Amino acid sequence: MTATTSHVNPNVSDATARAAAKAATQNQPVTFGKALNTALADALVANDSTVIFGEDVGTLGGVFRITDGLTARFGSERCFDTPLAESGIVGMAIGMAMNGMRPVIEMQFDAFAYPAFEQIASHVAKMHNRTRGKVDLPMVIRIPYAGGVGGVEHHCDSSEAYYAHTPGLKVFTPATVKDAYLMLREAIDSPDPVIFFEPKKLYWSKEQVDLQALASDYEAKRAATTEGTARIARAGSDATLITYGPSVSTAMEAAKLAAEEGISLEVIDIRTIVPFDDETVCASVRKTGRAIVVAEAQGFVSVASEIVARVQERCFHSLAAPVLRVTGFDIPYPAPTLEKYNLPSAERILDAVDQLQWEA
Amino acid sequence: MSTEAHEDRISSVSKKFGITPEDYMLPARHMINLLNVDGSLREESDQGTEPGHEYPLPSPAELMDAYSALAVGRRVNDQNSALVRQGRMAVYPSSHGQEACQVAAALCLEEGDWLFPTYRDTVAVLTKGVAPMEVMTSFRGEWHCGYDPKAYNCAPMSTPLTTQLLHGVGVAHAAKLRGENTVVVAMCGDGATSEGDFHEALNFAAVFKLPVIFFVQNNKYAISVPLSQQSAAPSLAHKAVGYGMAGERVDGNDLMALMAVMRRAVRLAREGNGPLLIEAHTYRMQAHTNADDDKRYREDSEVQEWIAKDPVTRMHAYLDDAGLLTEEAQAKITERAEAIAKKLRDGMNQDANTPPSELFEHVFASKTTQLAEQQALLADELAREEA
Repeated sequence: MTATTSHVNPNVSDATARAAAKAATQNQPVTFGKALNTALADALVANDSTVIFGEDVGTLGGVFRITDGLTARFGSERCFDTPLAESGIVGMAIGMAMNGMRPVIEMQFDAFAYPAFEQIASHVAKMHNRTRGKVDLPMVIRIPYAGGVGGVEHHCDSSEAYYAHTPGLKVFTPATVKDAYLMLREAIDSPDPVIFFEPKKLYWSKEQVDLQALASDYEAKRAATTEGTARIARAGSDATLITYGPSVSTAMEAAKLAAEEGISLEVIDIRTIVPFDDETVCASVRKTGRAIVVAEAQGFVSVASEIVARVQERCFHSLAAPVLRVTGFDIPYPAPTLEKYNLPSAERILDAVDQLQWEA
Repeated sequence: MSTEAHEDRISSVSKKFGITPEDYMLPARHMINLLNVDGSLREESDQGTEPGHEYPLPSPAELMDAYSALAVGRRVNDQNSALVRQGRMAVYPSSHGQEACQVAAALCLEEGDWLFPTYRDTVAVLTKGVAPMEVMTSFRGEWHCGYDPKAYNCAPMSTPLTTQLLHGVGVAHAAKLRGENTVVVAMCGDGATSEGDFHEALNFAAVFKLPVIFFVQNNKYAISVPLSQQSAAPSLAHKAVGYGMAGERVDGNDLMALMAVMRRAVRLAREGNGPLLIEAHTYRMQAHTNADDDKRYREDSEVQEWIAKDPVTRMHAYLDDAGLLTEEAQAKITERAEAIAKKLRDGMNQDANTPPSELFEHVFASKTTQLAEQQALLADELAREEA
C-alpha cells in the first residue's frame, strides 16, 4: 500500500493530516487478502489468547501473504512457523484450544490439508460432543481453496464437501472483501471449530471497503451476523442462482448477461455452508419458482447436491422446473491449460437457465 | 535460531550430568530395573544405571502410595473383565499386567499437570483421580467420555492411536506461552509408534522444547502383531535421539523403577530441558479386548513366563520383606480396592439412561436450525411410541 500521507502539506496541523490520511484509507480499494490480514491482526489485538501458526506463516507471511507482517508486529509467540506437518499443526491446535487458546491455523493449500483429516474428523469435530460440552475447541482452520488461478495438481481442490459432511464442523466461505473481514472475525470468535475456506482466485480482488469502520462496527456488535445467514447478492424475480465462494462472481456475471436479455436472476451467496440458511434460500426459490445451484466443486455427492435436495424437499410446490446444478465435472482438477473447460462459466450457467422450462 | 537454542539446552543438561549430548539422548545400555522378579532389590551395579542416567530409590512413603494404587488397579482390571463376561459392560481393554506403568504415569504428575491416556489406560485415569464410574462410562456403550477433562486435567481416553499425543503437545505449548510450568504425560503403546502422529508429536514437542513425557508401554503386541513387525529400531527409546530428546528404557513391571524413571523425567521436563521418551517393557497378559482371541497369535507358554514377572506380587514381596507393608496396611488397601470394585458393580447394574434428545445437544455450542428440526423429529417418534 502506498503511504497515505505523501500528498499532505507538512504545514497543515496534525489533526488535518490524520483526517486526510483517514480519508485516503477510506478511498483506497482493499484486496480480499488485505481484509483477511487485517481481520487476523485485529483478532490478535482483541484477544491475547489468539495465536496463529502454520507453514511459512511467520517470516514469509504465508505463501499468499495473508499473515504478512503479523510476526513482526505481534512477535513470534503470537504468529509462528511450525514443522511441515499438517496433522501436527491441527493436533497441536486442538491441545492449545483445550488449554485456553484460540488457534487460527493455516493449511497451505486445499489438498495439503488431507494429512490432517483424521485429526479434523475424529477430534476437532467431536471433542465438544465427546466431552458432553465440557471442552470446546474455538479454533479456525484456514484453507485456501478452489481453482481459477492456473494452479498445478494438488493446489486447486474444492474440498468443502468432506468437511461439511462431518458433524461438528462449521464451514465458512466468504465471497466479498467485506465478508472476508467479517466472517473471519466471526470464525475466530466462534466457540465452535470453523473450517474457513478462502477462494484463492479472490485474494487479489478489490473493493472499496473502509476496514477501520468495519472493525469498529464488528467490535461494537453493529455489523450483521454472517453465520447461518445467506446474502442476497443480487435481487431478481425469474430464477435463483444459489452459490458460494469462488462461484459467486461467476453467477453475478451470468445474472448481468441475463438481464441484458430481459431475464431477472436472483443470486444468493450461501456464505456459511454449515450452518445452512434454508430460510433465505427457500424464500427466494418460492418467489422465483426456478433455481440453479452453481459450485466449482465436482457435482457428484457434493454441497450442490445437498442444496438441490433441500430445495426440492421444501419448495416442491413452488417449482416450475427441476432444480439444476452447474458444477465442476467429476474429474480430478485439470491442468492449468484445461481448467477453463472444467470451471462453471457464465455461459454454462446461462445454458442451464435456458433449460428451466420457460414455455411451460 | 531455534536449532542453536536447542543444542544449548541439550549440551547444558548433558554437561550438568558430565556426559556427552549423545549419551544424554541415547537410552542407558540396559533398561532401568531396580527390583528382581522375586521382589529383592538388585545390586546397584545391576540396576542399569550409568553416569547421567542415575536413579535414586523412591522413598518408602512414595512406594506405599504407589503400591496402594497398584493393588486397586489390579482389582479394577479384574472386576471390569468380570463385568464384561457377565454382559454388564460392553467392552473392556484390560491393562492386567501393566498396572505398574499405569500407576507411575499418573503418580509422577503434580497438580496442574495433564495426562493424555489411551483406551487401555483406565487405571492411569483412575489413579489421576477420576471417579471410577466416570472412567468406565465409554466402555458401557455411552456416547461420551464420562468425565470433565478440565476438572481432572485428564484428556478423554483416545481410541484413534497417537492422535492424543499431539493434543498433549498443544496443552503443553499453550501453558508455556502463558508462562505456566505444566508437564504433560502422553501415553501410547508399542504398535502406535508406527503411526505418523507419533512422529509429528515427538518432533513438534522437541522443536518447541515442550515439557512432554512420551510414555510408551511396550506390551509386545498391537492386537496380534508383534513388535518385530512394527519396528526395526534398536529399541523404541532409541527413537528419541532422532528428535533431539532423551530416551530411556525401564522395566514396566517394576513399580519402583518406573516411579524413579518417571519422576526424574518429569523433573527434567519441568526444568525446561524439553520432552523425553520413556519406553516401559511390559506385557499384555490378556487378550486385546474380550472380543479378541489371543490363542490365535501367541503361545500360552509365553504368557506363563510373564506371570512370574507380575508387578503386583513383585512390589508386594519387596514391601513385605522391607517390613513396610503391615497386615493392617494391606487390609486397608484391600478394603479400598473392594469399595471401588463394589462401586463399579453397583454402577453397572443401573442403566445409563441418557435421554436420546441429548444426542443433538453438544454437536455445537448451540444447536443449528437443522439439528433442532432433527431433535424434534426424534422426539415426535418417541412420543408416538409411548402413546
